[in-house]
Amino acid sequence: MSDATRHSAPRTSLYTLSPLTKRRNATERRFKAYGLIAISIGVLALLVLLTSIFNNGRGAFMQTYVTLDVLLPAEKLDKNGNRDIEEMKAVSTFGYAPLITNALISRLDEIGFATDLKKKEIGAIVSKEAAAQLRNFVLANPDSLDTTVMFEFLAGGRIDGYMKGRVDHESAALDNKVSPEQLDIVDALVAAGSLEKRFNWAFLTAPDASGQRPEAAGLGVAFLGSLYMMIVVLFLALPIGVAASIYLEEFSKQSRLTDIIEVNISNLAAVPSIVFGILGLAIFINFAGLPQSAPIVGGLVLTLMTLPTIIISTRASLKSVPPSIRDAALGVGASKMQTVFHHVLPLAAPGILTGTIIGLAQALGETAPLLLIGMVAFVREYPAGPPEGFFDPASALPVQVYNWTQRADPAFVERASGAIIVLLIFLILMNAVAVMLRRRFERRW
Amino acid sequence: MDTDEIKFSARGVQVYYGDTHAIKDVDVDIKSKTVTAFIGPSGCGKSTFLRCLNRMNDTIDICRVEGDIRLDGEDIYNRKVDPVQLRAKVGMVFQKPNPFPKSIYDNIAYGPRIHGLAASKAELDDIVEKSLRRGAIWDEVKDRLQAPGTGLSGGQQQRLCIARAIATEPEVLLMDEPCSALDPIATAQVEELIDELRTQYSVVIVTHSMQQAARVSQKTAFFHLGNLVEFGETGHIFTNPVDHRTESYITGRIG
Repeated sequence: MSDATRHSAPRTSLYTLSPLTKRRNATERRFKAYGLIAISIGVLALLVLLTSIFNNGRGAFMQTYVTLDVLLPAEKLDKNGNRDIEEMKAVSTFGYAPLITNALISRLDEIGFATDLKKKEIGAIVSKEAAAQLRNFVLANPDSLDTTVMFEFLAGGRIDGYMKGRVDHESAALDNKVSPEQLDIVDALVAAGSLEKRFNWAFLTAPDASGQRPEAAGLGVAFLGSLYMMIVVLFLALPIGVAASIYLEEFSKQSRLTDIIEVNISNLAAVPSIVFGILGLAIFINFAGLPQSAPIVGGLVLTLMTLPTIIISTRASLKSVPPSIRDAALGVGASKMQTVFHHVLPLAAPGILTGTIIGLAQALGETAPLLLIGMVAFVREYPAGPPEGFFDPASALPVQVYNWTQRADPAFVERASGAIIVLLIFLILMNAVAVMLRRRFERRW
Repeated sequence: MDTDEIKFSARGVQVYYGDTHAIKDVDVDIKSKTVTAFIGPSGCGKSTFLRCLNRMNDTIDICRVEGDIRLDGEDIYNRKVDPVQLRAKVGMVFQKPNPFPKSIYDNIAYGPRIHGLAASKAELDDIVEKSLRRGAIWDEVKDRLQAPGTGLSGGQQQRLCIARAIATEPEVLLMDEPCSALDPIATAQVEELIDELRTQYSVVIVTHSMQQAARVSQKTAFFHLGNLVEFGETGHIFTNPVDHRTESYITGRIG
């Protein structure tokens, strides 16, 4: 349509929409609808994910305990009677298990519950962990021999499952690890107040346990391992990343070399994390001879992985500081370094911190590279305090999740989901801190 | 012309931005206790030349400066010269007011602090007050020295920036279109200030406003397409220009 015809077009009213406007409005409405649909799908997926994890994992935070008065006969636990710890150690957990069974049977007699189950089956109500707990107590308190002490023992995994609704009489009839008769005993014990479900602090503090005793498995070692790794990452990746970004952004002259470095930093951010694992295995373990499964190696690998994230976000926030601030500082005779450290860096700090925390959160959730450097090993010993602890074997939260999902007992599914909840809470907390820092320190200019 | 009075002397200055020849063979002498105005159409190189005088162009990677610029007879592009020391002597005020996002007090105190001009807190307080007074903004801010400098109005911010620039006791003050972001009242205040500063400093001002150049300067240089077309007494330039390009510009035919 030429200008001439447009001018000669009949006068139109503002109250009627021209076909062009109608089409444009329709396109806009369609686009809005697509956006809403996309967001709804995302929110729905997130809700489904969170609900399923929460429903599966909720149980891990509760645990069933049996309270029993246990008689500790000296003639069985300390045959020579001289309370020598070394001699008492000769009695293994097999020597302690019957004491617990006896205590349980006498408790059943007390509440007048008759059963024709065998001793061994009655004893199976209590976790295998209980004998070790009892032995540790006696070895720590030899004076308690020949007295009756009240204990809270973990109930067996299936019993715990019954309390949480995972196991019932029907499924117990088909299960060779638990019988309906045992569940009747449990009902009686609950009625008598000797068996109850409580909040499970041990889930957060206890070390991992073998596949036979899911009820005792906890996140303690994985927790420490992750914490140590995050410390290593923070203390390596933050200074190195920030220093590199400041140099590249503020000091280096634009050249071929810096171009290549820049491109490669961006490329590194896109490298699959498992490749960093192989690198860590080759360099830190095979070449540098650092121990396997150690948080120091995990931390180093995750540092390499986090560096590009930190460098990219730091450079972006340095770039976003207006050049007029640099001019102002240089204009009053500040040196380059004073300009950067007195003016540019403080203004870029919120962005740098946010980037660092998001990088750390990424590192916290990373599993693949840790599998390659041996952090998937079964570790029951807590690592020592830092700095020696950095070289002790440990696990990590996401690896622990992976580990538990591999195990046969259904109780571990619950534990794995519980661990995911813990991990998610940490990630949310870290992101919240990032947002808070951003809000708090953000300055306008 | 008495050579003692000459603060800056530039001879054969060439500036290149990459392949662009931005300043072509400029010779100029800037006297002390004088306001020198650089006028000319946009992109004529007047700001570029101004930024050569305190080596602010060093911060631009692709910029290359040739020729000879002397401050009190010393070549400022000499290898031995640290641009940081030069900038302490040659202060600068920018087109857009750019106070640091800090308190008014810290804005002024920053320069003296990094140059070690104050031995004690009291001395620093003194410098801050003196600078703000000379910047003609003391009365407006004396009760809120700890308030952020960015919270002031545009005109106040610019006067704060001028106060900041003179806090380090420079010998020359470069001003790059200091009033372009200000309203007429603030402009008048800044111009008044420039006139006062002339008693102690050599002031070089880049401006787009010929009226401003006529009002505040004693010497005027007209730049066109990277060349210094004409340089002389302000009165002469505006009433009796020698070059026809100057005449065209001041009468509004080019610009």
